Amino acid sequence: MRPLTLTLRERLDDRLDLSPLVPHALAGKTIRQIERIELQTGHRPINLADVFRVRAGDIEQIRIQGGCDRLDYVGQEMNSGELIVEGNVGIQAGRLLSGGRLTVLGNTGPWAASGMKAGVFEIRGTAGDRLGGPLAGEIAGMRGGIVVVRGSVGKRAGDRMRRGTIIIEGQAGDYAGSRMIAGTLIVRGSAGPLAGFLLKRGTIVLGGSSELSPTFMDCGEYQLVAMRWLAAMVEPYSKAAAVLLRRSFARFAGDMAVLGKGEILVGSRN
Amino acid sequence: MLLTVRGVRIDDTFAEAFGMRATAVIITADTAQWARQAALSMTGFATSVIGCGCEAGIDRVLTGKQTQDGRPGVRVLLFAVSTAELQKQLQTRVAQCLLTSPGSACYAGIDGEETLRLGNALRYFGDGWQISKRFGAKHFWRIPVMDGEFVCEATTGLSKQAVGGGNLLILGRTTDTTRAAAEAAVAAIRKVPDVIAPFPGGVVRSGSKVGSKYKGVPASTNEVYCPTLRGAVHSALDPDTKSVLEIVVDGLTSTAVASAMRAGISAIVKLGPKRGATRISAGNYGGKLGPHHYHLRELLP
Repeated sequence: MRPLTLTLRERLDDRLDLSPLVPHALAGKTIRQIERIELQTGHRPINLADVFRVRAGDIEQIRIQGGCDRLDYVGQEMNSGELIVEGNVGIQAGRLLSGGRLTVLGNTGPWAASGMKAGVFEIRGTAGDRLGGPLAGEIAGMRGGIVVVRGSVGKRAGDRMRRGTIIIEGQAGDYAGSRMIAGTLIVRGSAGPLAGFLLKRGTIVLGGSSELSPTFMDCGEYQLVAMRWLAAMVEPYSKAAAVLLRRSFARFAGDMAVLGKGEILVGSRN
Repeated sequence: MLLTVRGVRIDDTFAEAFGMRATAVIITADTAQWARQAALSMTGFATSVIGCGCEAGIDRVLTGKQTQDGRPGVRVLLFAVSTAELQKQLQTRVAQCLLTSPGSACYAGIDGEETLRLGNALRYFGDGWQISKRFGAKHFWRIPVMDGEFVCEATTGLSKQAVGGGNLLILGRTTDTTRAAAEAAVAAIRKVPDVIAPFPGGVVRSGSKVGSKYKGVPASTNEVYCPTLRGAVHSALDPDTKSVLEIVVDGLTSTAVASAMRAGISAIVKLGPKRGATRISAGNYGGKLGPHHYHLRELLP
């Protein structure tokens, strides 16, 4: 069955809250009802059909054609099915995602995968700051699921992550994995200064070097069985990450400024 | 009634087997030898639930492509009479034999509707330095040890469909030919997936009956199969039988046990009565104790 397809009519003048457009929220709705879904934008609400051309299809498979960096909250709280955006999206894409598969073929704004609980979120382009991170006042960031970013990401990727896996095939900005409570952050390229700042537990794997805080302690170079196991697990999602995980790593324990049960593994050059 | 295949007589009887609880773990190490060594230690003193708590053995050897961490490994099966006993045996054996073995790692070897604790029980050895790792539904523990880390999956599966006690009695004219027949049968059984032959080299020479003339002895020698007592008891042996060996088979499913017994019979028959056994029989308790009956006539090659 072909997917439910929404084509953006034109570039948006205002930011648009796209959170109602997730498979579980569309369940049982007719095509007419879907077209009349009220979306929040600017000062006045508008209907979905005002901004998108809708082509009927399977609601468990939604395709949004023509992205825009003003499309916010795409796939928020989605818990099943598949949602593909053929372009860029705005802030908080995949926030609180708890199942299914969300794919953005373009770039995402800040707080993508914020507080994500489960499921798979693939970003083909780049991601903004605070990938997976919590909003102001929240204790934990990402707490489950898998995020794969094919490009690079901004600052504080994986901030306050509690569980789950983030794979970044490009570079990461400053403070990657800051305040992580646990979980796994893999950066194939290098990361900006102070990766793992205030890391409590969890693993940060870096393909290239980063200027680490002096509160990370050098524990020597190893080939870890656990990373080989993880390599086999991540291979279906990212071959590049699997290659990195099979290398040997310099292990830095920290952040000793806080709990110090975490680790940063810096891949060897070979 | 006696059936004869290629000169080997096969009794028209059946092996009687019991339902058991079973689990499996995959052991890997830096080399195939060390994976095997760890497995041998873990499955040592695990021939019979009567005195060892569990029956265990190596089910199959795995290449790096077949294991979770890309290193060579083996799959070990463990069988016990209750879930509690199986959990206890698994925990102590993994702790004393796998955790201790150089370079070893341990993963779930079976999916089950219920699970047994593996790393979840052993993580405390890490004394606070243990690291939990999850990926999707998979969960494992990293425990720092003197040669690096012991990686151990959190849980493994439990099977309640397992069968223990499938058996073949191998009767021959000399100890050498009978042993040769048993060895051939064990070699064939080892190739069958999901089964183990838990006794030394897969073979048991002290087949037992239930009970004893002595109080408190649960099992005693099965005198009707002892050649040296042939004249003194109501013997089950032929005049020319000088030696009897038994192969016991435990399997994850009843089908696996039947396949193993069929493979064993086929190997014995192939060897023939001159170089191997003259007769094949099976042990049972009259059919009232065990729910699984394997009739030899249905397992002929």
